[in-house]
Order: sequence, then structure tokens, then C-alpha cells
Amino acid sequence: MLALLPPLIVLCPLAAATILLLSAGRMPPPAARVLAAGAVGLAAALTLWLAVLFLSAPPPTYRLDVVLWHWMRVGGFDARIAFTLDPLSLVMMLVVTGVGFLIHLYACGYMRGDPDVARFFACMTLFVAAMLVLVLSSDLLCLYIGWEGVGLCSYLLIGFWYAEAANGAAARKAFIVTRIGDAALLCGLLLLATRIGGLDIATLLQPGHLGGGPVAEAAAALLLGGALAKSAQVPFQVWLPDAMAGPTPVSALIHAATMVTAGVYLIARLHPLFLAAPTVMAATAVLGLVTLLLAAGSALAQTDIKRILAFSTISQLGYMFLALGTGAWGAAIFHLVTHAIFKALLFMAAGAVILRVHHQQDIFRMGGLGRAMPGVFAAFAAGAAALAGLPLVTAGFYSKEAILQQAWHAAPLLWAGALLGAFLTALYISRCLLIVFLGPVRTAPTGRTEASMAIPLAGLSVLALTGGLIEMPNAIAPVHLLFRLLAPVLGPPTAEDAEGGAGLLLAGALAPLAGIAVAWGLWRPRAGAIAPADDGLARGARAGWGFDAIYGLLLVRPFLALGWLNRRDLFDRVPDLLAAATRWGARLLGRMQDGRVRRYAGWIAAGTVAALCLAVRP
Amino acid sequence: MMTLYGLVLLPLLGAAVAWLTGRASPRAPWPVAVATLVLLAALLAYITWAVPAGGGPWLAHVSAPWIPALGITLRCDMDGLSLVLLWLTVVLSFPCVLLASRDIADTPGTFHALLLATIAGVDGVFIATDLFLFFFFWELMLVPLYVLITVWGHEDRTRAAFKFFLFTQGSGLLMLLSILGLVFVHQHQTGILTFDYFALATTHLSPVLAMGLMLGFFVAFAVKLPVVPLHVWLPDTHTQAPTAASVLLAGVLLKTGGYGLIRFVVLLFPDAAARFAPVALALGALGILYGAWLSLVQDDIKRLIAYSSVSHLGFVLLGVFSASPLGMTGAVVQMVAHGLSTGALFVIAGALQDRLHTRDMRRMGGLWPALPHLSSVGLVFAIASLGLPGLGNFVGEFLVLLATWRISPPIAILGAAGLVLSALYALTMVGRAFLGPPPGDGWPALPDFGVRHMAVLGAAMALLLVLGLYPQPVLDLSLPAPLPHSALPWGPRP
Repeated sequence: MLALLPPLIVLCPLAAATILLLSAGRMPPPAARVLAAGAVGLAAALTLWLAVLFLSAPPPTYRLDVVLWHWMRVGGFDARIAFTLDPLSLVMMLVVTGVGFLIHLYACGYMRGDPDVARFFACMTLFVAAMLVLVLSSDLLCLYIGWEGVGLCSYLLIGFWYAEAANGAAARKAFIVTRIGDAALLCGLLLLATRIGGLDIATLLQPGHLGGGPVAEAAAALLLGGALAKSAQVPFQVWLPDAMAGPTPVSALIHAATMVTAGVYLIARLHPLFLAAPTVMAATAVLGLVTLLLAAGSALAQTDIKRILAFSTISQLGYMFLALGTGAWGAAIFHLVTHAIFKALLFMAAGAVILRVHHQQDIFRMGGLGRAMPGVFAAFAAGAAALAGLPLVTAGFYSKEAILQQAWHAAPLLWAGALLGAFLTALYISRCLLIVFLGPVRTAPTGRTEASMAIPLAGLSVLALTGGLIEMPNAIAPVHLLFRLLAPVLGPPTAEDAEGGAGLLLAGALAPLAGIAVAWGLWRPRAGAIAPADDGLARGARAGWGFDAIYGLLLVRPFLALGWLNRRDLFDRVPDLLAAATRWGARLLGRMQDGRVRRYAGWIAAGTVAALCLAVRP
Repeated sequence: MMTLYGLVLLPLLGAAVAWLTGRASPRAPWPVAVATLVLLAALLAYITWAVPAGGGPWLAHVSAPWIPALGITLRCDMDGLSLVLLWLTVVLSFPCVLLASRDIADTPGTFHALLLATIAGVDGVFIATDLFLFFFFWELMLVPLYVLITVWGHEDRTRAAFKFFLFTQGSGLLMLLSILGLVFVHQHQTGILTFDYFALATTHLSPVLAMGLMLGFFVAFAVKLPVVPLHVWLPDTHTQAPTAASVLLAGVLLKTGGYGLIRFVVLLFPDAAARFAPVALALGALGILYGAWLSLVQDDIKRLIAYSSVSHLGFVLLGVFSASPLGMTGAVVQMVAHGLSTGALFVIAGALQDRLHTRDMRRMGGLWPALPHLSSVGLVFAIASLGLPGLGNFVGEFLVLLATWRISPPIAILGAAGLVLSALYALTMVGRAFLGPPPGDGWPALPDFGVRHMAVLGAAMALLLVLGLYPQPVLDLSLPAPLPHSALPWGPRP
């Protein structure tokens, strides 16, 4: 029974996607909504059942292999379509189907009235299926199917409203930037497959199979490239803010809760490989820290509510990469789970706001919305509190605390940077909350938020506040449910995880409070117009620190300009040249037979003289 | 098995009938062509079915004397590689005829006769094992195609067809020189004048002579595949050819180049090919990147697809010269997948031209609401063409890159960079043609794809999906049969 469930769970959304795609838009919108939400809901229910079965009677080694079929077997290389169920994939499945179901439910309300709802849900369910393949695969090449599949769905959904040229451009940018990482990942797979002869993860990770040294470093670096691009980390982060062109449920599901965390999952899944590559580990930590600070700074200067959340996602993913770089695999997954909950909540609450204020996304044109929509306000506040990491009462606090502690033990400088990040996080999300929900009303909201949208908000609000209680620092209470669950995959929690100094805890608790206090001082409700800061620093931060401009200047434009110059194909000129030479030569020779007798006579005379000269030569 | 001759004779017979009925009624040739293809498919199914189980790598053989005085016979042999490519030919002939040639108004009898004659030539190329016969079929497939382009092509057809003819004919003559050289050396050594592939394979050649003869074959096949910088005929020809000819060219004819490289370069001259491999690998990587780069900057949608072919077939060159079963099978899968995906893209481009009377993407855009079926099919094949895992092209590209990585990681990295560029041009094409706002004040009512198109292209999609998720049957078949006297470049068959 246990072996049957994982393929069945993947099949649910896949079947829905197939039906929706084949119906080619002929299915009435209500049926499409029911089919999509029902399929993902069924997958979520089956996953819950699977979790109960798995945890009540775990297989001996906490892993269950399901081989579906041999994919390619040729010349000593063997790849299989196969799934592995273990605690890590189980946690990921719960996130994907659980949060995924709530977002599908929400999307039923959010996308009401859109004529293309069948296409929307086809892509959404296909995404869920691809993401499930990604987290379940026991073979890296099979994982790559899911990895590219989610990228494709992301492309299709960012560009969902295709009539706007800008949306299409954002979708292409997202796909191509991540594709650069995918190419690096593929090279990593080629390297591993050449060394090992296959890409089965369990074989790959057997101790001593790959060894350390330059090969492990190169493989880890290439895989890291793929993870960085997928998870929008420096230097690949430029695609995620633009990806907000997609409908808000897409941003919540793909660009906050699930797809962008695939990089974190990949590294956690392959952590023994990264442990053998200390340089790459250090690079991961440093890039994570740089990303989290740069993105938090950018989030502070944005005016578009979805872009604030997008930069916030990049920043929070930076925390996860920092954790991975310091070897805190469990903490990274913990933050992945809590982040999926509270960031999905924030996006959905923001979406509810955007619908009510006529698709206005500029926070400086919102204001005072708390009175008109108290429920959405409460949900957003819960999500914001969890994101800021309000001490003790939010999930975000516990997961961030786990990362901070580990960073302290790895290098105090990393810890200091992460603490500054925590302060900035509280600052920018409080700014957003204060400007949008308090103060004078700038755009009057209309309509009401429907139940299909309110229920997911309520559910996620509860989880955002209490979800962290499954894993707490020892200084508060020795609860380690998640780390203990993940121990068969990620190894037992290290001593530092368990130890945890009270001083560190206090610093970690004070940083968000300080951020909130400063935000209150700067943006507390007051009468009169407010405007975003407009000095050079703010402009730089708003533009994402100019990465786009630099890439455009150094890479995109030269490449396109050179291509444009050569668009008629250099090599094609060679035959043209030959043809011209032939024509020219023919004309020259043709002149010798132009019918003028005088010239013939001249040539004959010249020839005779030349012949005589040769004949009389001594 | 005499039925092998049927693969050539049946389309030729169909061509004759189509031509004759075309003189009576302009509506008659199309059903004749369809019937011929159905019979051809049935014949090939019978041949596949009649293959004895476990009978060795060569699956079928037939021989008959032709010109005994010169040692020329009508010898044909079929191995798994031939079988896979024969099936590709038959499968791709259906979209050609079902979708593209029904509405030919100008002397449809001749058109269908030439199309079927080309198919006959391609079939012959894939099975001939007498070098003279092979050369005969090689020419047989070129001449009808030349006429097809000259008569039924688009605005600049004369120039394009002339270029096509010069390139393929010129390189074909080099191959003929190589064939004759090989035959004379063999006669000098053994006293037997023969064009038999298996006999000639035993010829002892000095390294210099082997390299020279191999290069003659290589150039002929490199023009056909095509290999940069010999690709310049391809964009013009594909762009100017009528849709049916474009599909046949991209889907099948280019594969004769890949087939020839395997059968007559790597297997016939293993040592020379091994020495030449570094150059070939570099040319393959160059082709992947250069084709993709130029594809990106085209405004003509057919030119874009044509340059993308150049890029895709660079992988075939890499695979063939990687000297491993992995790369060889990868190259074959890549050929099959490229045939299906690019063939379908040419059908779509042709359909766009029929409707919009332009191939210029600057005058397209926003076609999705006007042509939802056509656009979504276009999106699917563009995605296949950018190598999404789960579809056939990925299997081919991955196996080729894996084989290449084993001998040269830098070349493999360049090839993988080509995957980024393929995403660029494929999505650029989709974006410029189908998405975005429509130009001016929207599109008038345009006829979308009907059941016939959706069924045929849907079948192509299904085949790509099967090839992408369960390629094992093709992988098992597509390794070429080794020659009895000379070892495969990679040693005994695994």
C-alpha cells in the first residue's frame, strides 16, 4: 500500500492537468475549478494518509524505494524513473500538496471571471505534479524532469496574461536565467554520471564513492549553480522580482512556497556531497548572506506590494542558503517549511488587498485598509509577524533562530550579518503593513473577500503563528520533532543545535523588535501625503542594486548586437564571394571573344612573337 | 528478403500512378499518395514483424546482380539503425502529405510523384549496402527535391534551389571520387572489382589514403547534416521550399547525413575517423552554438527554425564522433526527435504563411487568441525543441553530452551552453509569433487548425513523449551493426 501511494499522489494533479489541457478550453470554468482544486486536495489528503502510515509503521531504514521503469539503459549508463519516500521527501510533499491545495482553493476565488481559467489550472496542477516528481525522485536525472518541469510551468504562468508584452518578457527572463543554472546543474550531472556510471542518489552518496578533492568540489559547485539560479540567489536573483507579473496565486505557490525552494531541497538532499566540498560550502554561506542583505535592502525601497514580497522571498531564501552553507540542513528545511506557510499567506493576503483596490499594487496609494478589511489585515499581520520573527509567538522566530544559532557557531561574522538581516526584515515588512493597513484611506476598497479566499488565509494564519512549535531551542523547551523526524536523512542534530546560548536567543529576539520600533518611528500613521524616499541609495535599492543594468550592458546587448550584425551569416558570404568571382572572371574571359577582329589579330601577333621568342632562346 | 526492394519500388510505383492520375484529375494524386504511404507503412510493419528473433545485428538482407561486369549488385541490408530511420521516414511522410500537399493547385500529379520519388530515394539510402547503389539512391533523392523547390517554392526559389543543388551535388561528387578510390584500391589489392560495402570494409589502407577517402565521404555527409561552415545552403533552401518539402528536408533528408557519417565514415574508416574526431567534435560544438546564435536574430520564422536545425544536428555530429555506443545511440535518438519536432514546426510555419501571407515575425504577434490550437501546438513543439526533459530531444542531447563529457568535458560544457541558447530562440519565437499584443487593430478571423492537423500533430507529440519517457526500444535498436571483419571503434558490442 505504502509503495502505491507516492505514484498515485503524483498522478492526481497530473491527470487533472492532462484533462484540462486536452479539453482545450472547452471545459466550463466551474468544472475546471472543481477538477483542479479537487485533484490537488485529493493529493493532499493522500499525502496526509501516507504520512500517518509512514510514521506509524516506518520502514526499517526510513526509506521506501518505488521503481517505476527503466528510463535509459545504454553503454553502461542506467537511469530509472523511480521514487524514494523518506522523511525529507515526506515533509516536502506535505508542503507542496498542503500549501498547494490551499492556494488552489484561493485561486478558485481569485481567478473568478477570468475566461482562461482552464489554462490557468492546467498549468497549476501540472506544476504541482512536476514539483512532486522533483521531491520524490530517487534518481537525479528523474529529478531533472521535475526540475525543468516546474521551470516550464513557471514560464507559462508568469506569462499567463500574454497580451501584455511585459509579462511575456518577464516569463522569458525567468526561464532563461534559471536555464543558465540548469545548464550548470546538467554539467554537474554529467560529471557525476561519468564518475559513478549512474545518477541514483543513494549510490551517489555512498561514503567513499566519489571521494573528496577537486572532483567533489567541481560537482558541488556545478550543482550549486543550478540551485542558486532556481532559488534566485546572487548572482541569478534578477528574475524573481519580474516574475511577479504572474497572477498572485502563482506568486504564492511557485515564487514563494515551492519552486524557488527547490535549490534548498537539492542541496539538503545531496548534503554529503557538499560536506566533501568545503570551499563550495563556504561559498554557499557567503552568497546566502550577501543575497539576504541585498534583497532585504531592496525590499525596504520598493513601492509595489508584490515586489516587496518578492525581494523578501529572495532574502529569506538567502537565510536558507546561509544555513546550508553552515551545515545546518535541518534548520534550512525548517525555515523552508515555515517560510512556505507565512510567505504564501502574505502573498494571498496581498492578493486579496489587490483585488479589493482595483488592481492597485502601489502601497503609497493604499492606506487605512485595516478598517475596511479586518480579516485580511489580521491575516497579513500574522504573516508579517512570522516573517519578521516576532519572538515566541510566531513560526518564523523559531526557524530563523535555528539558523542564527548555527551561523554563530560557524562564524560570528555570518551571525552578525544574519542578525542585521533580521532587523531589516522586521523593518521592511512593518513599513509595508503600516502604510497599507493604517493611516488615512487613499483608495477606497470595494466588494468583499469571498469565502474560498478567506478560508486558506485563516488556515495559514494559524499555522504561521503556531507552526514553529514543532521545533524549539533548548533554552525555551527541548522540543525537536522536525529534526528528529529528519535525522535518518540529514543526520542527527549537531551538538550546537541542541545547546543554544540564552544570550544568542535574546539577541535574535531583540533584532525584530528593534526593527518594528524603528518602522513605527518612521512610518507611523499620520495625516498628509507620504512618498517613497527618492535619494540615490533608495533608487539603487529599488532597482535591485543595478544587476539588471550591468547584465544588460555586459551580456545581453553585446550578444544581441553581434548577432544582429551577423544575422546574414558570415559563412554565407563565402559562396556569394565565389559566385561573384566566377561572374567577374567569366566577364573578363568573355571579353577575349567579343568579335572584334582587330583585337584577335593583336592577340595572334602577340602570341606569334612570344612563340618566336621562346623558340630562338639560346 | 525481397520485401526490402518494396520499400523503394512501392513509392516509385505510387509516384508513377500519382503522375498518371494527375493528368486526368487534379484531385486524384493526393489520395493516391496517401494510399501509397499507408501501404508503405504496412510493408515496413510487415518487415519489422518478419525479423527473426535473436538473429544477430543484421535484420534483413537481399541481393541481386545488376551490372556484373563492374561488380555492382543490388545489395541491401537492414540493421536496427536502418529500421529506426526507415520508420522515421514513413512516419514523417504522413504530415508531409496529409497536412501540406493536399492543397497544391499547380500540377498536383507531378508534385506528388516527385515527393514520393524523394521518399523512395531516402528509403534506398537507408538500406543500400552496395556503394554504387547507395550513390544512385543518394542522387535519386536530390533531383526530385531540387525540382520541387524550383517549381513550387516561394519568392526566391530559383536561387535557393540552385544553391541546394550545387552544394549537395558538388559534395556528392567528392563522395563518388572516394567510392571509386576505395574500389580501385580494393581491386589493386585483391583483384576483385566490387562495390560491396562488406568487401570494401576489409581493404587495407595507408593512414594518409584512409584519411583522404574518409574526408570525401565526410564532406558529402557534412553538407547534408549540415555541419558549420557547410550549412549555408540550408537556411535558404528550407525557407524557400514549399512546406511539404521543408518538412521532408528537415525531418528526413538531413538524417541521411547522420546515417552516412555512422555507416560510411566511422564504421568504414574507424582509424581515420578516430584521428579526425577532435576536429569533428569542435565543429559539432561550433555548430550547436553558431546555429542557435543565428537562430535567435532571425526575423523570418522559417529561417529561425532552419538555423535551430543546424544547432540540433551539431549534437548528432558530437554523438557520432564520440566513439561510444552511448553517443551513437544518443545521436540516433536526437535525429528521430529532431525529425518529429522540427518537422512539426515547419508544418506550423507553413500554416502561418498560408494564413498570414508572411513569414516575418515582425508582422506577427498576439496570434494566440486568433489561432488557439495552432499556437498551443506551436508552443509544445517549441518546448520540445528546447530540450525539455520528458520529451525525446532531451534524451538524445543528454546521451550525446554524457558521451562527449567522457572524452572532453570542455566540449560538453559548450554543448550544454547550447541548451541555454535553444531556450532563448525557442521562447523568442513563441513570444514574437503567438504572444504579446496583435499588430495594428487585431487579427481578422483566421481558420484555426482542424481535426486533421490536430490529430497528425498530436500523434507527433505523443511519439515525442514516448521517446522522451520510454526510449529503451529505440536505444536497443539504434546501435549500428558492426562489420564482420573490422571491430567497432569501441570494441565488441556491449
